Amino acid sequence: MEIVLSLAIGILAASGIWLLLRPRTFQVIVGLCLLSYSVNLFIFAMGRLTLAQPPIMPKGGFIDPALYADPLPQALVLTAIVISFATTALFLVVMMASRGVTGTDHVDGKESEE
Amino acid sequence: MIEQNLLLILVTLPFLGALVAASLPVNAHNAAAAVSGLVLAGGLAILAALHPAIAEGQVLRAGLDWVPSLGLGLDIRLDGFSWLFVTLVAAIGGLVVIYARYYLSKSDPVPRFYSFLMAFTGAMMGMLLSGNILLLVVFWELTSILSFLLVGYWHQTPAARDGARTALVVTAAGGLCLLAAMLLLGRIAGSYDLDRVLASGDLIRAHGAYPLVLGLFLLGAFTKSAQVPFHFWLPGAMAAPTPVSAYLHSATMVKAGVFLLVRFTPALGGTELWFYAVTGIGMLTLIVGSIVALFRHDLKGLLAYSTISHLGLITALAGIGSSGAILAAIFHIANHAVFKASLFMAAGIIDHESGTRDMRRLSGLMRLMPVTGTLAIVAAAAMAGGPLLNGFLSKEMFFAEAVDWHNGTWLDDMLPYLATFASVFSVAYSLRFIATVFFGPPPVDLPKVPHEPQPWMRRPVELLVAVCLVVGILPGLTLGPTLNLAARSVMGPDTPYTSIAIWHGINAPLVMSMVALALGILLYALLGSRIAAGPEGPPLLHRIRAQKVYERLLLRLSWTWPRRIYRIVGTERLQPQLRLMVLLALGAATAVMWGHLAPVERARATPVSVSFALMWAVGVACAVGAAWQAKYHRFAALVLLGGAGLVTCLTFVWFSAPDLAVTQLLVEIVTTALLLLGLRWLPKRREEIAADKLLPARLRRGRDFIIAGVSGAGLAALAYVVMTRPLIPNIGDWFLRNAYHEGGGTNVVNVILVDFRAFDTFGEITVLAVVGLTVYALLRRFRPASESASIPDEQRGEEAEALQDYMFVPSVIMQWMFPALIVMSAYLFFRGHDLPGGGFSAGVTLAIAFLLQYLATNVRWIEMRLTVLPIRWMGAGLLVAGGTGMGAWLFGYPFLTAHARYVELPLVGKVPAATALLFDLGVYALVMGATVLMLIAIAHQTLRSARLREQDAEEKETERKETP
Repeated sequence: MEIVLSLAIGILAASGIWLLLRPRTFQVIVGLCLLSYSVNLFIFAMGRLTLAQPPIMPKGGFIDPALYADPLPQALVLTAIVISFATTALFLVVMMASRGVTGTDHVDGKESEE
Repeated sequence: MIEQNLLLILVTLPFLGALVAASLPVNAHNAAAAVSGLVLAGGLAILAALHPAIAEGQVLRAGLDWVPSLGLGLDIRLDGFSWLFVTLVAAIGGLVVIYARYYLSKSDPVPRFYSFLMAFTGAMMGMLLSGNILLLVVFWELTSILSFLLVGYWHQTPAARDGARTALVVTAAGGLCLLAAMLLLGRIAGSYDLDRVLASGDLIRAHGAYPLVLGLFLLGAFTKSAQVPFHFWLPGAMAAPTPVSAYLHSATMVKAGVFLLVRFTPALGGTELWFYAVTGIGMLTLIVGSIVALFRHDLKGLLAYSTISHLGLITALAGIGSSGAILAAIFHIANHAVFKASLFMAAGIIDHESGTRDMRRLSGLMRLMPVTGTLAIVAAAAMAGGPLLNGFLSKEMFFAEAVDWHNGTWLDDMLPYLATFASVFSVAYSLRFIATVFFGPPPVDLPKVPHEPQPWMRRPVELLVAVCLVVGILPGLTLGPTLNLAARSVMGPDTPYTSIAIWHGINAPLVMSMVALALGILLYALLGSRIAAGPEGPPLLHRIRAQKVYERLLLRLSWTWPRRIYRIVGTERLQPQLRLMVLLALGAATAVMWGHLAPVERARATPVSVSFALMWAVGVACAVGAAWQAKYHRFAALVLLGGAGLVTCLTFVWFSAPDLAVTQLLVEIVTTALLLLGLRWLPKRREEIAADKLLPARLRRGRDFIIAGVSGAGLAALAYVVMTRPLIPNIGDWFLRNAYHEGGGTNVVNVILVDFRAFDTFGEITVLAVVGLTVYALLRRFRPASESASIPDEQRGEEAEALQDYMFVPSVIMQWMFPALIVMSAYLFFRGHDLPGGGFSAGVTLAIAFLLQYLATNVRWIEMRLTVLPIRWMGAGLLVAGGTGMGAWLFGYPFLTAHARYVELPLVGKVPAATALLFDLGVYALVMGATVLMLIAIAHQTLRSARLREQDAEEKETERKETP
């Protein structure tokens, strides 16, 4: 499973980075989304993969941490999901405004001479 | 103990005064002056109280730890030398406050002036009293900054702005050099304590870095004390109000440099290098300053160059460094402060009453303002070194030191001649000041008719001139003991007592004085009339201006060169910047990880599941497809992006992260909806761009493909290696163990978010609120692109009717889902602390409920029936979350400390009742508000463009009617 997930992380990141280097704003926004999936999965995977052991405990009593998935990366990723949503929204609006002001959807606000 | 407290009060009092003065109303002239005066009087009283202990030769200390790990302490230290200097600062400060009260006009904002002046006094005192060399640099730089503010007080005039900026650039740059020197000194001496540094002189002089330390140290001292070639900032700073010039540029700030030279003589002085550098520069400054002063037409300009030359004299004495020279240096510091402050004040009075400072226009003022004239003449005589005045005594001591044999170098042999030469000019410019301004024919055509100023404006000058006379006639009785005490605290307790007397018999210094006096009078008699007709500066030399060199250098450094470098290496284009960022990250990661990514022997492995692999085969295909299609088929790319997102979400479910899965799913929905709304405003899908098929474009894509591929492979390898390593125990275990007992919840992820790490969450929701408001603000000003403003084809004609028909059933279902979704959202919220859910997911769910209503009908329909106030939701959410956090203060706990317990409710049973739940409520409201705000802001664009279309149509209609 580890190999599958790490390959998936790699391909998601590669697609995201490729799009990040493209000239159209929409490509960049899609690239950022893909990259954020990849990075979220990466952070999540730092807590290692555990099957069917969510960090939800029975009420009371002492528990053995080894029986549960690591909650910390999960908390971090939860935050990251919400923040990446916020940045996507902000970027989308900047993209719309820039398109309205400059008349183009090129990332530099003007068509490149290259 | 009392003494320690008095010392601390002495340093903090001026800063408190500054705060009080700053809070007074703009026109509170008397109150601001009174506060400042009282502060300085208090300071003087403390100094008087401390004098007995100082007179016994004690060194008083007080201190607070600041950053002990860096060796930085708020150590205050008072000895004979600093006592004398601080007293001087406080006393002249008091006189300047009185003078400024009558000098500043009604329209000047006085609280600003007095608060800066008080803060400056505090910084100056702090610098003088620092017992830690790093603290000294802190106060040193503070004086530079406050001098900038004071010189630029009349910031309406460009001269004040330029002068202030030049002064700041020069002195603050010197301060940075000083900081470096102090850090090196502390490293060599092994401590930043002033006493330890001063005691390790031999160690420092023998150290290999001594020339470097000395160079940096002298840069600091010379820039502050306006030594050639850094002197040019001082004449520029004359744009300051005259009280500021009288205080900063005669008595205090410029003396900081020479104070430092004298203070550090035991640590750094006594070498040949020191002598050449310090005495050499000092003599050069003395000569250049006195020559230029003679040729200045501006009264304050003359005084400024005279100050430069006197500072050079003190520097030269510090460079000689014998006990007599140090005593003479300290004596001249005090004398110069007294007569120069009075001269600046007199110049200010002349300027204030006659409206000009140009000596070519002023003349014969003795008849119109006899008292001020007499005072100025006495002070100018002290400046020239006339007998029976204080300036005479310290100048004689300087001559005596110049004549004495010290080390037999050529500079030592030249000293008497150089000193006499400079003194000739010093006599000449003093004479020019007196003769042109106060004697000669009555003035004509002055902006104002001159008359005597208000008596209280003159009082400070009277007092200072009286001091000149008293010290000049009775030196042994007045300043003698204090000076010896000061010299002893610098040079050590074995320093012999020097008695200061007026008459030593006819000796070399007296002869030098007489020669200088005679030649000076002769020089002025010969040149006087030509100087007035000449340019502002000495003949030939006035073209060489350090100011110009500085300006050219600054222009190069801050304008020409950066721009040139920018043209070569800079770019405004986003793609190269992003490419560079990715490559940098890649390079850094490779550099760190290279050779460390070996797989472990006992790898952690979860059994491979075929369905999981298949699922990711789809996910990966979606991602690559999205990357491929994002340029020409945006909608398809969006769908594929959603596919990749769903697979990510399923992965979270698979590997025991239900909370993440829920949140990811909901956020996925909202993001897709947002992007769909945004798609409408992008340009129509272009035809294939011809250039895309050309070789350069292919090469570009190939290069980016390789960068992306390598980055992805690297990340995959890193992820694999980490995932297969055994999990070491970490703080996650602590959270698991304590979530229930400390946080009162069984869903550990949620407990971390709302309890253990609530402060992070608080910051995060604030970010979300900021983003929401930014989106709202941006879209209020946003004009959609004109080509996108028309109604899309799908909403026109038959197609639109067909759309209405087959959207009918989904739209009704969506409306019915509103209550269901609200219940769902509440459910997610309440179970959050114990089971997957929580404020985030519940908030997004509620936002989706609203979003569905907008989708089902249209903006106008929905807003007639439903009032949504997202900004209030956000505000309320932030207040609830913050309020919950602050509630902890009431019980004496730090911000955001949570309390948790289970409460037994009738019928319902045992329910968790944690304050964290209240915090989560804030999160819930804010997330919902921010999300809805963004969605609505984007959705409203359609409405606005419809309004724009109507306006356009109306305009065309009216135009058509007007032009039949």
